[in-house]
Amino acid sequence: MSTKAISRSTAAGRDEELIPRYSLGERANHWLGSLAYIYLLMTGLAFWSPYLYWMAAVVGGAPTARFWHPWLGLIFTVSLFWMLKQWHGDMRIDDNDRAWAKAMPDYIQNRDDELPPTGRFNFGQKLFFWGMLLSVILLLLSGVVLWYTETLPWSLRYVRYAAILIHASVALVTIGLFLVHVYMSTILEKGSFSAMVHGYVTRAWAWTFHRTWYYEVTSGSRPRPRQ
Amino acid sequence: MSQASTEIIRISGHAGSVPGAGLNREFQVCKLVDTTTCIGCKACEVACLEWNGYTFSETTFDNTYQTMPETAWNYWNLIKFNEHERADGSMMLLMRKDQCMHCEDPGCLAACPADGAIVQYANGIVDFQEQHCIGCGYCITGCPFNIPKFSPEARKVFKCTLCNDRVSVGLEPACIKACPTGCLHFGTKPEMKELAETRAEQLRNVSGFADAGVYDPPGVSGTHVIYVLHDAKNPELYGGLPKDPHIPYSVRLWKGPLKWLGNFAMIGGLVGLAWHYMRYGPKNEEPIPPDDRRRV
Ligand code: SF4
Ligand code: SF4
Repeated sequence: MSTKAISRSTAAGRDEELIPRYSLGERANHWLGSLAYIYLLMTGLAFWSPYLYWMAAVVGGAPTARFWHPWLGLIFTVSLFWMLKQWHGDMRIDDNDRAWAKAMPDYIQNRDDELPPTGRFNFGQKLFFWGMLLSVILLLLSGVVLWYTETLPWSLRYVRYAAILIHASVALVTIGLFLVHVYMSTILEKGSFSAMVHGYVTRAWAWTFHRTWYYEVTSGSRPRPRQ
Repeated sequence: MSQASTEIIRISGHAGSVPGAGLNREFQVCKLVDTTTCIGCKACEVACLEWNGYTFSETTFDNTYQTMPETAWNYWNLIKFNEHERADGSMMLLMRKDQCMHCEDPGCLAACPADGAIVQYANGIVDFQEQHCIGCGYCITGCPFNIPKFSPEARKVFKCTLCNDRVSVGLEPACIKACPTGCLHFGTKPEMKELAETRAEQLRNVSGFADAGVYDPPGVSGTHVIYVLHDAKNPELYGGLPKDPHIPYSVRLWKGPLKWLGNFAMIGGLVGLAWHYMRYGPKNEEPIPPDDRRRV
């Protein structure tokens, strides 16, 4: 692990030296969740609007989409709970996050040097994570009702009425979270996407965006993610 | 079920134009069920099964005349029995032929996401086109009358077609043909409405049913199956006929304001992110200053 990092660093200088950020398991789970979510998004949007019904055709047709959507939902749920297991320590919200939350406008306006240094994940990432986790719980509960809608007796129809609204509203919230997440990690914050693919970031990246974490991993006060 | 030559005025989950939208037909069809002359013989049930090619389903026994609790995907027409004790202690057997009401404002169609799975014809018939059904069951949520039923084998939903295949070639629905007492009538909506009102008046003035009336609920803009009831003030007595049926509020909220809000938010979100990128640009990593004290 370190031999790889060092050998790459000699050519590119110390700032460009790579340090491991996401373990193989973390990356695998992230992409499992992402693929499941993209399927859920496309089929869900197909059921949401006639103008987006074609999206179901892209992934194999609407009846097939109706069949797989709940199963992919289960996979997405499992992925998120696995993520919880992997990241619950790093996702804990602390006093530093409260300071960071106050400085959020600076983050949005790219004045990153005004922000308090952050650990492995910043407050925005934590909000995204906990938002998704809470959403997936609500989506799962309402989704089961929609999955087996026909088995609910007429006397429990209000459960269906609630489920249909909850499922759509919460899905919209996740779409908002998803859009921001994809935007930030692919085009806004250079280096984030490849970190989730290859597992490594440069020292400069870590120093710029997650300074506390950078000091921790480089000083050896926390173990590096296993690749 | 069947494709008919009738003009289509509404299509579920449909993004384009509708062939018969705005069409004004001479007649809207209507089935009149006079519950006061129904004897509960179930001839209409048998006729329905025969015409639509289903076999008789197993019955259940719950100490009443009710042969099964509700309609099924392969049993579209069911007499609902209720042994009703009146205020004076006398007993009445209330019997109502339960089937799709063919709502003028159908909740099933409003809730359905599949293009063309549910259509409404200009004559008022609401028909499921199973070849387009995706089996989501949203119509079950949208219907205020508990009518669409899911077939686990087909993974699709079925219900009464008002014999669209017969009506479109000028025949009466099968149930009408079978009724021995003449409590079922079929014709245009104005004709049936008039006949129903005449019968209700007779019940009020001659037969002593002061609350007799016609059930043609305005909450769904009227139905193409209407009832004459002895007690129109309490339709629930007739096997749970809802007093004020309407498309569930949650379905209306979901298909109305929530949809607009959601679409607006999604498009706004995309525009907002594009704007952010143009205004503030990417976040780039910065070189670590050489005097970084905690450099390791
Ligand atoms: S009774 Fe139910 S299934 Fe029939 S048209 Fe009305 S909403 Fe649709
Ligand atoms: S199950 Fe009902 S709502 Fe779903 S596609 Fe079929 S007809 Fe439409």
